[in-house]
Amino acid sequence: MAVAALTARGSLLQTLGLTRTFGGLQAVRSVDFRLLPGEIHAIIGPNGAGKTTLVNLISGRLAPDAGRVFFNGRDITHLRAPDRVGLGIVSTSQSISIYRRLTVFENVALAAQRRLMQRLAERVALNRRALAEEVAASLDRVGLGGAADATAGALPYGHQRLLEIAMTLALRPRLLILDEPTQGLAPDEIGALVALIRRVARDVTVLLIEHNVTVVLELSHRITVMDKGRILAEGAPDEIEAHAEVQRVYLGA
Amino acid sequence: MTGRGMLIVHVALLALLWVLQFVLPPFHHGMVARILVLAAYAIGYNVLLGYTGLMSLGHAMFFAAGVYGAGLLVYYSAAGAVSGLLAGVLAGLGLAVILGLLSLRTTGATFLLVTMMFGQVGYLLTLYFNRITLGDQGLILSGRLEPLRVGAIDVTLSNPAVRFNAALLIFGLCLLLSLWLARSPVGRVLVAIRENEERTRMLGYDTFRYKLFALVLSGGICSLSGAAYALLFAYVGNTFASILYSIYPLLWTLLGGAGTTFGPLAGTALMSYAIDVASGLTSAYLMVVGLVLVVTILWFPSGIVGSLRARRWRWLP
Repeated sequence: MAVAALTARGSLLQTLGLTRTFGGLQAVRSVDFRLLPGEIHAIIGPNGAGKTTLVNLISGRLAPDAGRVFFNGRDITHLRAPDRVGLGIVSTSQSISIYRRLTVFENVALAAQRRLMQRLAERVALNRRALAEEVAASLDRVGLGGAADATAGALPYGHQRLLEIAMTLALRPRLLILDEPTQGLAPDEIGALVALIRRVARDVTVLLIEHNVTVVLELSHRITVMDKGRILAEGAPDEIEAHAEVQRVYLGA
Repeated sequence: MTGRGMLIVHVALLALLWVLQFVLPPFHHGMVARILVLAAYAIGYNVLLGYTGLMSLGHAMFFAAGVYGAGLLVYYSAAGAVSGLLAGVLAGLGLAVILGLLSLRTTGATFLLVTMMFGQVGYLLTLYFNRITLGDQGLILSGRLEPLRVGAIDVTLSNPAVRFNAALLIFGLCLLLSLWLARSPVGRVLVAIRENEERTRMLGYDTFRYKLFALVLSGGICSLSGAAYALLFAYVGNTFASILYSIYPLLWTLLGGAGTTFGPLAGTALMSYAIDVASGLTSAYLMVVGLVLVVTILWFPSGIVGSLRARRWRWLP
């Protein structure tokens, strides 16, 4: 097929002509976007540039009006969000999305048990020890090891963000999509989160929407700049910093 | 608390209920048997409301599917109690699958209204097929039910002792099923859907399928209870298909504590005795029932067992 030839080899994720309209507003206009395996890739741009819409089209929260999405060479355009999670596309939303009334353990267990309950017998009764180990490992990775019995909604804001990341890690993602992860965090928490994302990125490809320019320049291998639903520029951090039009539109220089 | 600990607590309750039959005077003996069967109905309702967060006002249709499935078969054929029970449960399961595929596209108030409409359709069908069901006059099963043969012994279901233990058996089965659900990975997903369905989808769960499972399990338990009720109390009538029998399990569950394993029994027992005491005092006994509900919702918004869990025993499933 011609489309197969169009998808570049070596990319983990690729979109072709992706378009989404809300009423009269074209939030994402014919976007061709590529993610390389192993990279930390940031999408930046002013408010309303279409960043969140683009990642929602990738995660399956939204369906496109036109265009295609390929993951690992497979056309996933019509795959529903839960099935994309099964392929390893895991995302967090802009506002922290956890089960506030459940314990920290239960929150992570929900993510961890998904892989453990493939067969009918495992749906009926799960290996509790294996589950507990999975949960503990995910909580330890984000530094919440001691908080397993706390009620999620009672955690400090920064810890809720870490819990959300622990849940995504328990799903064993291949592509992790983070929508403004540093929003609302204190400066020292941001530093810890940047270190965590870098550790995670050793074996997971990370796609990041982020307003904090310092974080973006520090973390990313590549940056995509969006404006008015289109890709304005793409490149390594130093190239983006030097890009005249980007400076005009976004960096405000 | 460990899984074994919880199992022991639940079995201990069943043992306590079993002992009750030797100490209760005849009137309460029959009353408790009735409460046990209806509490099984509430357990089925609680699967959907308490653990999945879906409020239905059409569950009388499942209870009635059990009542009519079992009752009509026994009344019009030579079938025994076991075939009647099976017929009732199969009718309920089939109905739940159809209703689920149609109604689970909606949630919240829309789901409530859609289930209520289907419930009313069920009620009207019992009138439409008046010649078979005899509508609100109903059918008396007494004398039509062959005794169950267990080994060499004949067991008559209308015998009070048999009735009590059969009711306890049905209730115990449903109680242990709900304990399993509360502790199982599937139950964890249902609770997650109750708390935040969109988040649960983004954890990779096909929430529609889980909700359908919950509805079918709920419909199955409710129709089992309905079938047992028809067989044990030997009566089939269309009050069981009326909206009142959709409201009852909702009230029992809220009063006892939605999303708890013991709540349905606590709510059913308290409400049944409140109605019993009140109707001895005044003909406006439903006002007393209303008062109990207002007090519960004001001071125990999560129900009796739910409040106990929040204040004292956090381990309660």
